[in-house]
Amino acid sequence: MTEQGIGAAVARREDRRFVTGQGHYTDDINRRGQTHAYFVRSPHAHATLNGVNTDAARAMPGVRGIFVGEDMADVGPLICGWAITDVNGEPHKAPPHPALAVGKVNYVGDAVAVVIADTLEQAKDAGAAVEVDYGLLDAVADPARSMAAGQPQIHEEAPDNLCYEWALGDKAAIDAVFDGAAHVTSLEFSNNRLVPNAMEPRACVAEYDDGTGEYTLFIASQNPHVHRLVMSAFHGLAPEHKLRVVAPDVGGGFGSKIFIYAEEVVATWASARIGRPIKWTAERSESFIADAHGRDHVTKAELALDSGGKFLAMRVETIANMGAYLSTFSSAVPSYLYGTLLAGQYTTGGIYCNVKTVFTNTAPVDAYRGAGRPEAAYVVERLVETAANETGRDPAELRRINFVPGDAFPYETPVIMQYDCGDFAGSMDQALDLAGYGGFQARKAESKANGKLRGVGFSSYIEACGVAPSAAVGSLGAGVGLWESASIRFNPTGNVQLLTGCHTHGQGHETAYAQIVADKLGVPYDQVDVIHGDTAKTPFGMGTYGSRSAAVGGSAIVKAADKIIEKGRKIAAHALEASEDDIEFTGGNFTVKGTDKAMNIAEVAFTAYVPHNYPEGLEPGLEESAFYDPLNFSFPAGTHICEVEIDPETGSVAIDKYAAVDDFGVVINPLIVEGQVHGGIGQGIGQAVLEHAVYDSAGQLISGSYMDYTMPRADDVPNYDVGFNGVPSPLNPLGVKGCGEAGAIAAPAAVMNAVHDALRDVGVGHIEMPATPLRVWQAIQDAAA
Amino acid sequence: MTVSVSLTVNGEAVSADVEPRTLLVQMLREQLGLTGTHVGCDTSQCGACVVHVDGESVKACTLLAVQAEGAEVKTIEGVADGDTLHPMQQAFHENHGLQCGFCTPGMIMSALDLVKNNPDPSERDIREWLEGNLCRCTGYHNIVKSIDAGARAMRG
Repeated sequence: MTEQGIGAAVARREDRRFVTGQGHYTDDINRRGQTHAYFVRSPHAHATLNGVNTDAARAMPGVRGIFVGEDMADVGPLICGWAITDVNGEPHKAPPHPALAVGKVNYVGDAVAVVIADTLEQAKDAGAAVEVDYGLLDAVADPARSMAAGQPQIHEEAPDNLCYEWALGDKAAIDAVFDGAAHVTSLEFSNNRLVPNAMEPRACVAEYDDGTGEYTLFIASQNPHVHRLVMSAFHGLAPEHKLRVVAPDVGGGFGSKIFIYAEEVVATWASARIGRPIKWTAERSESFIADAHGRDHVTKAELALDSGGKFLAMRVETIANMGAYLSTFSSAVPSYLYGTLLAGQYTTGGIYCNVKTVFTNTAPVDAYRGAGRPEAAYVVERLVETAANETGRDPAELRRINFVPGDAFPYETPVIMQYDCGDFAGSMDQALDLAGYGGFQARKAESKANGKLRGVGFSSYIEACGVAPSAAVGSLGAGVGLWESASIRFNPTGNVQLLTGCHTHGQGHETAYAQIVADKLGVPYDQVDVIHGDTAKTPFGMGTYGSRSAAVGGSAIVKAADKIIEKGRKIAAHALEASEDDIEFTGGNFTVKGTDKAMNIAEVAFTAYVPHNYPEGLEPGLEESAFYDPLNFSFPAGTHICEVEIDPETGSVAIDKYAAVDDFGVVINPLIVEGQVHGGIGQGIGQAVLEHAVYDSAGQLISGSYMDYTMPRADDVPNYDVGFNGVPSPLNPLGVKGCGEAGAIAAPAAVMNAVHDALRDVGVGHIEMPATPLRVWQAIQDAAA
Repeated sequence: MTVSVSLTVNGEAVSADVEPRTLLVQMLREQLGLTGTHVGCDTSQCGACVVHVDGESVKACTLLAVQAEGAEVKTIEGVADGDTLHPMQQAFHENHGLQCGFCTPGMIMSALDLVKNNPDPSERDIREWLEGNLCRCTGYHNIVKSIDAGARAMRG
């Protein structure tokens, strides 16, 4: 390890601009002649759209244009890029999703019209004067009810509001195992609906240059090339080479900025119509109703054990809420990112999983940090912990006897995944130490003496990251490949520009990627710049989500670096008058084996650009691109242990201790990786005890602001004890696995297992997320009654 | 109708014509180009817009620009001493107290007011002071650590 290479805790270079207020987020961008867009949204969850009268609004000051759905007949609808094949071999139902509603609105927040005016205030004032004639229809918001007879039908194409029924595993065989099992643990629960809530609201600035016929879209996006591709190929807004998408500094994403939403499609389209740049920035209230939400499952899950505690089989039935329309990657989340993770870290013999996805009159639901995998981990880890309790076993020991052993890798699970490597027991042992598990009973006794209830909970999660081998995801229905690109450009003076198709919105790629280049090419770290987020500058890339930027994006960098070394070797061999086979490359120097003849890579770069003494037939220049398609998913895994203390008088749950030991393979920058774990745990704690996007029966979002939706605050969470137990992945050149989602995947189960452990002492059997003071207090009262 | 507002921002006298409904944060961002102060919500909950008005931390979304007439306002752009980061900024950098950076200006402005009032805050003091500042990235661990380190550096 060099001082600033792979493994070094380098403080981030991007920090300076952020701590001094010099970041450039989308809303900070202003273009000459810029106008502002305001979207008129449906206040009703389900209604026919009988007419929109814009006459009065059009006459108001500053108004440049008002458009409704019918005006955009030439623009393709919003799409879902992953086609699921259902249990009958039929494609999922994907009803049309016009950017501006046509004929009918299907959720509160559905965009009906856009008003464009010189100032935002003028646009809002005119928006208030747009008259919409709604014909109210009954609504359904509860996914468990939406398929029932007599419920409102949201889309003609989807009878009974069913999007698809999908299954994995042999039901009859699994049922037979259950019939003969010594013990069956059975649970029913929901996985609460969440709002991603990146602190920067979504925003875009779109402009059209009539002179060149080019559009430029500045947008808070996790994947500018994906935005460009979809907006060109599916919405038909402009050919790809005439659409430039720039994702500048982006204030967090967590999945919510992957998707192609109505607002950027409308703004881009309208910018040419009115001949002015158009800015739109969501207000937070708008984000609550119009960003894609996360989770929202209702599940029945069962685990069959033999008399020795071995897991024989698992049976899971889930209803997943897709909201009113299919968002960009929504269909994959409760199927291939969920069912395939139900083996967890265990040797469970067989698994049957059945998922019904349903439409409701709510905002679309799509990937949110973890995306399917937190839901899977919650199913598995709640079952395991409950089974331990029911069979009188220590939860750590029950896990231990069921872990996939270290000598069983590569390990084929019953749910189509092949785990590459891992040390599940080792991570748990390390976590037990870090959590001070041995002292738990003493702490519990102390809490009891103070009138408090203390509980401990485990979560031995696994996730599939490094999404993913293109052919594999293609066979499962993905409409895209999920490789990544990198281009390494040496300048004649020896410094380096790395261009990546990934995008950093908090993950610190500008630092970590420079560390990889510095490490692989021996260039000083501060001589490497990382360029990302602009389709006019970087090679096509798939962006950042699913903890893929190190495993896939980082691997592309290594591949490009290898090409640089290969070419550099030829240049150095020629200059040093040696055979290419005799050239060794270490620490940035090409050396003739067994001699002191050497040439630094910066000198090689200069020679490549001033090729006076140069190998015959070799192209000048030193710039190499690589596209890396992963061989498999990667499988980060670990054990998180949480301790809570509950005040039975108020029902409030205090997260007292939280220990996490994760196997992320090789860690590129431990400072950044620890930060990723902290942030994920914070969000997982939020899901477990605070956050809930609640729709009432009329489809109104009643937790639609920070006054009502409880975001985790600094005094809701503890310090986290974080450790690593890295087993390098053999399947990518960096040995990395991915760390971005682990905390959010592991934490809900760890916290809720702890809450259940604490409440068991007062006879409470089951409690749903979020375990709010009211719910906990009520459960305690009910148990006592 | 517009009204003229005159105030001092980061030591410089400035004035602007604004609509009466203009919030201080809008004037800072749109009229004065000080885009380091961010808007993360519309209910005065998130704290991304915290600035100092006459030395006190204030959410710039809760104040009309006209209410700042004659005030001394300091924004994140006025915190560093030339090229040298303020010890609190430096502490956020060294302790990885930020990820996406969007909440960071508000966090730092809020932290500076905490330390002014309480030069040696405990972890609990810091966490409770940050009630009005939301972060979605860090889980707060490294923000708390940064403020603790920044306060220590400021005590010298």
